[in-house]
Amino acid sequence: MATQTLIFLFVGLSFALYIGIAIWSRAGSTKDYYVAGGGVHPVANGMATAADWMSAASFISMAGIISFMGRDGAMYLMGWTGGYVLLAMCLAPYLRKFGQFTVPDFVAERYYSQLARVVAVICVIFISFTYVAGQMRGVGIVFSRYLEVDINVGVVLGMGIVFVYAVLGGMKGITYTQVAQYCVIIFAYLVPAIFISMMITGNPIPQLGFGSNVEGSELSVLEKLNGLSRELGFVQYTDGSKSTIDVFFITMALMVGTAGLPHVIVRFFTTPTVRDARKSAGYALLFIAVLYTTAPAVASFARINLLQTVSEAEYEQLPEWFSSWENAGLMAWVDKNNDGNIQYHPGAPMEGKPSFIDGRGHSDERLVSNHQTDNANELYIDRDIMVLANPEIANLPGWVIALMAAGGLAAALSTAAGLLLVISTSISHDLLKRNLMPGITDKQELLAARIAAAAAIGVAGLAGIYPPGFVASVVAFAFGLAASSFFPAILLGIFYKRMNREGAIAGMVTGLLFTASYIIYFKFLGGTSDQWWFGVSPEGIGTLGMIINFTVSMAVCHVTEAPPKSVQDMVEDIRIPRRGGTASEPAEEGEVAQA
Amino acid sequence: MSADPSPDNQSAAAAYWRENIRILLSLLAIWFAVSFGCGILFVDQLDQFSFFGFPLGFWFAQQGAVYTFLILIFVYIGMMNRLDRKYNVQEDE
Repeated sequence: MATQTLIFLFVGLSFALYIGIAIWSRAGSTKDYYVAGGGVHPVANGMATAADWMSAASFISMAGIISFMGRDGAMYLMGWTGGYVLLAMCLAPYLRKFGQFTVPDFVAERYYSQLARVVAVICVIFISFTYVAGQMRGVGIVFSRYLEVDINVGVVLGMGIVFVYAVLGGMKGITYTQVAQYCVIIFAYLVPAIFISMMITGNPIPQLGFGSNVEGSELSVLEKLNGLSRELGFVQYTDGSKSTIDVFFITMALMVGTAGLPHVIVRFFTTPTVRDARKSAGYALLFIAVLYTTAPAVASFARINLLQTVSEAEYEQLPEWFSSWENAGLMAWVDKNNDGNIQYHPGAPMEGKPSFIDGRGHSDERLVSNHQTDNANELYIDRDIMVLANPEIANLPGWVIALMAAGGLAAALSTAAGLLLVISTSISHDLLKRNLMPGITDKQELLAARIAAAAAIGVAGLAGIYPPGFVASVVAFAFGLAASSFFPAILLGIFYKRMNREGAIAGMVTGLLFTASYIIYFKFLGGTSDQWWFGVSPEGIGTLGMIINFTVSMAVCHVTEAPPKSVQDMVEDIRIPRRGGTASEPAEEGEVAQA
Repeated sequence: MSADPSPDNQSAAAAYWRENIRILLSLLAIWFAVSFGCGILFVDQLDQFSFFGFPLGFWFAQQGAVYTFLILIFVYIGMMNRLDRKYNVQEDE
């Protein structure tokens, strides 16, 4: 069967599966809609959390970024997994015990303040929209490259699918759909990784192949990669090029941001018990780690394949995938020395992203109107294509390529659905039910949630069709804001009983304002990297924002009144999985063993 | 809130919480040492050693840290379940 037919078949079948699950698990009440009835098994919840978490960025972009960054790419690997340790130990069990529907619910009750709720709702909506716009772009890339439809048709189709299962099914529909999506994602990621690991090293396990020798040579994968990189003038793959302090700050911001992201936290409200909330975090990380330990292996294999295929290759002799990606606008070649061969070296080949013009050069390459730079590099590669192009570069069969298309879509759609649900919940529950219109019935609230979800899908779709140029640069926002606002407020709310309304609000507001202004100054107002404080880039500044939040919270809290008794009792209560049992003294060790 | 304000209850709850914090801090210390220590701060020193074909620091940064996180969470789950039973605050099966 032709690859194109297979792609349509795989994508069509996976979509039919998602819609089938959505119809089977429709939500009947607000509790179903917000937290899936609170009865999701930890393994299912772990898979759903993993699918929710692994977005287009993890599936499509991450290995590509690592492939270009080498060792420094580890900040994404550690940053996006280490946060689960914080979640499992510091947040999830206590928030589950608290037992409400949303993060603003917790903030409002713990800090006995509607103002705190409104601040939290604004953060939730902003963080989630930033994120969802990125997913829609991911959907667009996959559709335009693989289904050869117009990018706008692709986004509308994607919106339609998400609409059906997010609006109908709510958290319940989304959770069970995400379980299916996780399976599609992980299968699609592992199959090509295993194939390529076999081809390059003869070892079928990518995590081990990554450290093995290249087949038919005495060099290990990493030695070979270091050698190739050196020859072409790149930094060695296993050496970092960023400063240690920047890597440290970015990793911390990503970890803490992960633990503070509302669409991740809300997952732990869906388990039946506190014990299951802890277990869910463990399973979630297990399922995530399968992809996250494969990604760096894929990155190194892809890098070897790329360098070997394109460097000094004659343009006219290149395999077909090169021109497919060139036609999709994600690769470009400028023949600076007119030799008809591709020279690939460090540095940007042209100023800015390629803007293609009609017409072809002498080797029949697409021409661009950009001003050329005066370095020796002639090749522009969008980092996002590395994972998707990998099976083609390695010459894998058509069905593997079809699988990649279905996997990329599953990753983007599952995350988009989870985010849209958080947005709709914060509007219908936090804003309407708990604030503006407390009198509405459960049915009306459910209707409001569905309308809000539909509206949010519309806005997200528009962001996918007319991608604002700043999407990529605001991703730092989502993590930075979550790290500098929610994480300290929730952590102190659980672990520091004396923390009061004044301290928490002052901390959230200063942390948020500081982080936002730093990012805006450097991303949009032309700040340059030599002005960075302590050499910390805007991606890592959330860490400093978090420290400021903690400091301000503590300072303000100590000069203002302690929280009311009822709130202190609530904190006592969420610290213990089950009340009533604490009346007895601790059992002897021997008794525990028999229990 | 249905908290029983009797002193016994209070002191048992406080003891449970103290043990919880101790578990938490020791596991987080390992979390920090492996990811930020081995993977970032001392990565160049560790890279002098080789581990299954990887420079050791590089391995921690791109593989080892993630495995460690996973082990830490499951150890935490086990220790907390034990602690819950010890203080008789575990939830019903």
